[in-house]
Amino acid sequence: MFFVYLARELRRRARQATFIALGLAVAVGLVLSVTAASAGVKSAQGKVLQSLYGVGTDITVTRAPTQAQGGPLGFGVRSGNGDQQRPKAGTTFTRDNLTSGPQLGALKASSVTQVRSVQGVADAVGALTLTDVRVSGKLPNAQSFSNGQNGSQGSGAGPPTSSNGSGSTQSFRSSFKVSSFTVTGVDPAHTSLGTLSSTSLAKGRSLRSTDTHADVAVVTSDYAKQHDLKVGSTISVASKKFTVVGTVTAPRGSSPTDVYIPLARAQALSGLTGKVNTVYVSATKNTAVDAVAARIKNAVPSATVTTSSDLAGQVSGSLSSAASLANNLGKWLSIAVLIAAFLLASLLTLSAVSRRVRELGTLKALGWSSRRVVAQVVGESLVIGAAGAALGVALGYAGASVVNAVAPALTATSGGSANTGPTGGGPGGPPGGAAAGPFGNAASAAHTVTVHLSAAIDGRAVLLAVLLAVTGGLLAGAVGGWRAARLRPAAALARIA
Amino acid sequence: MYELHDVTKRYATARGPVLALDRLDLTIPDGEWLAVQGPTGQGKSTLLQMLGGLDRPTTGSVVLDGTDLARASELTASRLRARQIGFVFQSFNLIPTLSAQENVETALVPLRVRPSERRTRAAEALDSVGLTDRARHLPSELSGGQQQRVAIARALVKAPAVLLADEPTGNLDEDTRHDIMAVLEALWRERGLTFVLVTHDRTIAARAQRRVTMRDGRLQETEAVVDAT
Repeated sequence: MFFVYLARELRRRARQATFIALGLAVAVGLVLSVTAASAGVKSAQGKVLQSLYGVGTDITVTRAPTQAQGGPLGFGVRSGNGDQQRPKAGTTFTRDNLTSGPQLGALKASSVTQVRSVQGVADAVGALTLTDVRVSGKLPNAQSFSNGQNGSQGSGAGPPTSSNGSGSTQSFRSSFKVSSFTVTGVDPAHTSLGTLSSTSLAKGRSLRSTDTHADVAVVTSDYAKQHDLKVGSTISVASKKFTVVGTVTAPRGSSPTDVYIPLARAQALSGLTGKVNTVYVSATKNTAVDAVAARIKNAVPSATVTTSSDLAGQVSGSLSSAASLANNLGKWLSIAVLIAAFLLASLLTLSAVSRRVRELGTLKALGWSSRRVVAQVVGESLVIGAAGAALGVALGYAGASVVNAVAPALTATSGGSANTGPTGGGPGGPPGGAAAGPFGNAASAAHTVTVHLSAAIDGRAVLLAVLLAVTGGLLAGAVGGWRAARLRPAAALARIA
Repeated sequence: MYELHDVTKRYATARGPVLALDRLDLTIPDGEWLAVQGPTGQGKSTLLQMLGGLDRPTTGSVVLDGTDLARASELTASRLRARQIGFVFQSFNLIPTLSAQENVETALVPLRVRPSERRTRAAEALDSVGLTDRARHLPSELSGGQQQRVAIARALVKAPAVLLADEPTGNLDEDTRHDIMAVLEALWRERGLTFVLVTHDRTIAARAQRRVTMRDGRLQETEAVVDAT
């Protein structure tokens, strides 16, 4: 009888029930779409952050450089002690130096162990992010050289243009070539954390624990393509020949590491034995990242500790705007529509109950308890709420499908202002931009990543939507039920009289 | 048996308090057919509400088979109505979305009767009022007389001890009025009901065992009890 009566009653006021269900559906659909878009934005942010510092990294530990670090990068063509030490004009030379970027100071490798022992740290791995700068050419005429530069270039005068520039001034009658690429020394035993973790193997193999002291390298596909490298090719890093054992594909717009080599080799070639300049940390719980970061800061006071949320805060561009839109406008719009839908459902249900005073009073006169009458009213509202939920979920999926079909491109720009070091070949600075550090790099070199927004609806969002719609139905039913419960059965007879 | 003692009912209205029942005493033995007459606004319907436990007197007691409806909880009153009291209203008060059969079944819902038994008993009740062929019809598809027969079937399907009827023929034409009264009278005789009938119609009231008249909230015995057997 409960269901028969419920179904007939809903059929009788089908238009009103449909209106209430539609109201709830629109609200729920909006909540679901906003939640999906918000999740899409978060996912896009995740992709951006992942491309910047690798999968699974929650925190990075770096150190601000001291004044003495970051150079000198010279040609090794000193002239300050007299003409007899100066090579003759026309002498060809090649210099291949591996140096730490000016943005990242060195940390003792023992810091990794220290960080790893901090409570809440699941894993920590050190890396050394370096720039290999190769300068080759002929020395210019000494006379013109001294006229042009006043004999002071010995402390590492870099070419005035960035990489591959034909860095000549009018006083330089000879030309020379400058090229650079970024090299990251990674712990071959811990490649699951850090920048290498964000890449996917294209050909060959990745670095492995037996490669600790081997002259082997993994290069990114783009770099391999540019330099015609294949698995088995050799490349020169700091004048040492390394065999390419694999190529990896880096995420679009990821940090510009070109070559990965074993950490120990990078330390040896750069003269930074026993040093790293970035420690990648994963926390045991995502929710405890800030607390873990604080503990690391206590454990290594000289270090700069950066969390992924710190980096996310530095991200600008349309992705940032989309995040703001989803988190602010979307959220409040959803809440406003939800409240409106709940009010509408409550008022219409109250109105329906008021029109049924005689009917409900008659049922009470027949011996129906107030609880049974209330259950009937609430049941009707719940069914409307459930219908609204089903329709709302469908609307939400439709909204998400539209977002996925359009897949708007969002750009995220990180860094570009803070800690900007000398780039482009200033005195002592490496040409071609900073070394490819992760968080530190993000703060130093503007780095733009384009991601496409996708809206994904997960089970929790659907559950939330259903709960909201059912809550709306329950709320409306409670209001109507309250009215029905207060109804005196005598009212039925009084109405008739 | 009903025993009403010193029953007073006052209503607060915008124009001041209205005395609907004034220190009323009444005893209705089991199986009696009592007709309550009187002009409009004299307290007839209020008396019926007190008898049915639909409202409570301001003072006094309304005792049905040992239960004082004036002091019973709402749940107790509901249970009493569900088991022992059948109502027939002037406007039939059928649920418009339910068929005749389903309307009759609504009276058995609070008694937790199994659905199959509910259907059987409802069909029997409709048969007893001559509406078997209209069981699946909605109230809107039935004439006034047929709707009132459905209402009577609904009141009697639970085999109550008491039948309270408030102007049951008030909305019917003369022929139908007599048909309905014939049905009610037959059922009263067959089932030994205590039957309280509120009516304006003297002809109909004259068929009762006992007639009382309400005036200014008080009862006046119209005639002595007649033997209706």
